[in-house]
Amino acid sequence: MTRYLLRRLGGLVALLIGISVLVFLMIRLIPGDPVTTILGQSASDPALVERLRTQLGLDRPLLAQYLSWLQGVVVGDFGYSYSQQRPVTQLIAANIGPTLGLTVAALVVTVGIGLLLGVLAGVRRGTPLDTGIMGAALTFMSLPSFWLGSMLLVLLAVKLPLFDVVGGSGLSGLVLPTVTLALGGVGFLARFVRSSVADTARQKYVTTARAKGLSNRSVVWGQVVRNALLPVLTIVGLQLGNLLSGTVIVETVFSRPGIGRLLVDSILQKDYLTVQAVVLLIAAIYAVVNTVVDLLYPVLDPRVAAR
Amino acid sequence: MSALEPMAAQQVTAPTAVPAAPLQGGSAGRVSPRRAALRHALRHRSLMIGVGIVGVVVLLVLLAPLLATHDPNAQDPATTFLPPSGEHLFGTDSFGRDLFSRTLYGGRYTIGASLAIVALGAFFGTLFGVVAGYVGGAVGFVIMRMVDLLLAFPGILLALGVAAIMGPGLGNGVIAVAIVLVPAYVRVVEGATIQIRRLPYVEAAVNLGAGPLQIIWRHILPNVRSSIVVLTTSWLGIAALWIAALGFLGLGVQPPTPEWGSILNDGQRYILIGWWLTILPGLFLSLFVVGVNLIGDGLRDELDPALAR
Repeated sequence: MTRYLLRRLGGLVALLIGISVLVFLMIRLIPGDPVTTILGQSASDPALVERLRTQLGLDRPLLAQYLSWLQGVVVGDFGYSYSQQRPVTQLIAANIGPTLGLTVAALVVTVGIGLLLGVLAGVRRGTPLDTGIMGAALTFMSLPSFWLGSMLLVLLAVKLPLFDVVGGSGLSGLVLPTVTLALGGVGFLARFVRSSVADTARQKYVTTARAKGLSNRSVVWGQVVRNALLPVLTIVGLQLGNLLSGTVIVETVFSRPGIGRLLVDSILQKDYLTVQAVVLLIAAIYAVVNTVVDLLYPVLDPRVAAR
Repeated sequence: MSALEPMAAQQVTAPTAVPAAPLQGGSAGRVSPRRAALRHALRHRSLMIGVGIVGVVVLLVLLAPLLATHDPNAQDPATTFLPPSGEHLFGTDSFGRDLFSRTLYGGRYTIGASLAIVALGAFFGTLFGVVAGYVGGAVGFVIMRMVDLLLAFPGILLALGVAAIMGPGLGNGVIAVAIVLVPAYVRVVEGATIQIRRLPYVEAAVNLGAGPLQIIWRHILPNVRSSIVVLTTSWLGIAALWIAALGFLGLGVQPPTPEWGSILNDGQRYILIGWWLTILPGLFLSLFVVGVNLIGDGLRDELDPALAR
């Protein structure tokens, strides 16, 4: 158990270092001179050019550049956004709240509805209900969120004014973006849960349970569904990364503030220090969450702990 | 896994996605299992629905020069924001361009780019996967750790990051999304290569003096082919969604070139003025992805009987 824990944590540290190296190299991979690219029109100011050049330390060896950048990152210093005229950390702090709120709301919807649909379809395999749910799930997965969001806006906010088109700071403003963000994940999760239920139903211990005379209801809910939900946890962890990055599109469609929209705006304005910070942040959250999910397994499933 | 079965379904259902591979030792006497597999595939309902949907969309897009009623880029200040009518089937946009024609031509870019993405992803993913699995050792270790690292980023985030470095444009977008696909192929192909490499008949071939290239070409690739076909169809839909997403965000195709994502970006801007700017072009993209995913599911059922139902 302790070994499992240490191995996972060691893996997480290695992964975070790898992620940071890749994100660090991003700016160095930009074709042309990164300093003039980042500054854009302000590049005519020699003082600014000099300042950014020193900050990036482009004249020093790559390893020294990385270490001094990492030193800043660890204490939350991601540099200065020249397009927004503010430190990158301030930009992120101002935008992360709405994004996390939206992501958590979408995660709740994804897990709640995805599990429900998946279990229903899995338990009623081969019935019209199953076919209907699977058809819907495939459609959910296939709809582009930027189109779906626009459709919801047109139908529910413009044609039938049930929701506010823009803004809507309260709960009602969260409904349409949440649905838009979650729908793909709902479809994906429902399909995964269904096939997991189907796999579990074929296990020998399920046959045993039936053979010893347990009622159908207690076999299905006590043996099949309970065990089928274990692998789902991994998928939920992976979904979080998709939802977090999906805010890039949903926040753009609904004109909501957040780090997703910050990322798109920064890419379009070539504000690479902000791009770097947001990518690093999302990837780090994703890595940490998936490690936590791995660590939960031995708690939920003694078979993993015994290994 | 029969080497013949996958091919039959592949030739019928996805001729555009993957070029048909040469038949392994196929001779006249062995035609019947292919026929049987084909007949079985033709009875797969959702597979056939998918083929139908994709077929219609692709046909409309391919016939764009014949079907388009207007020049997709012709602007006319007198006809901006017209709702759908007999003259403009899908209405017109902010520049007075005919949306029906733009949607048909736009599909060429979106579908063409998605095919290029999966082709690049499948090629490099298979290449690195076979090398990692066959050579192993330090080379394999480095490749697989790079794969782990790339998989540590959520897919669309990685594509955005690469697109940010490379700058906007359709070609850059294709490369950005293809990079996301490579690790998925590497993982599958590496695992399969290691397994197949250890099979007794492959060991026997090695002992009889077959070189690595011969082993890879004659024994490993035919055996991973059906996995690659299934992966490719399931990634094709995602590739279409992501390349269109880049276009929607302004990072893909640049105006005035029509592409489904960039058309939707335009539509989004004027959503309060006209619903037709968004609904109809988006419907084409959605239909294409639904169809491709139906084919992907169907192919998985047909090619991988162990997974079916």
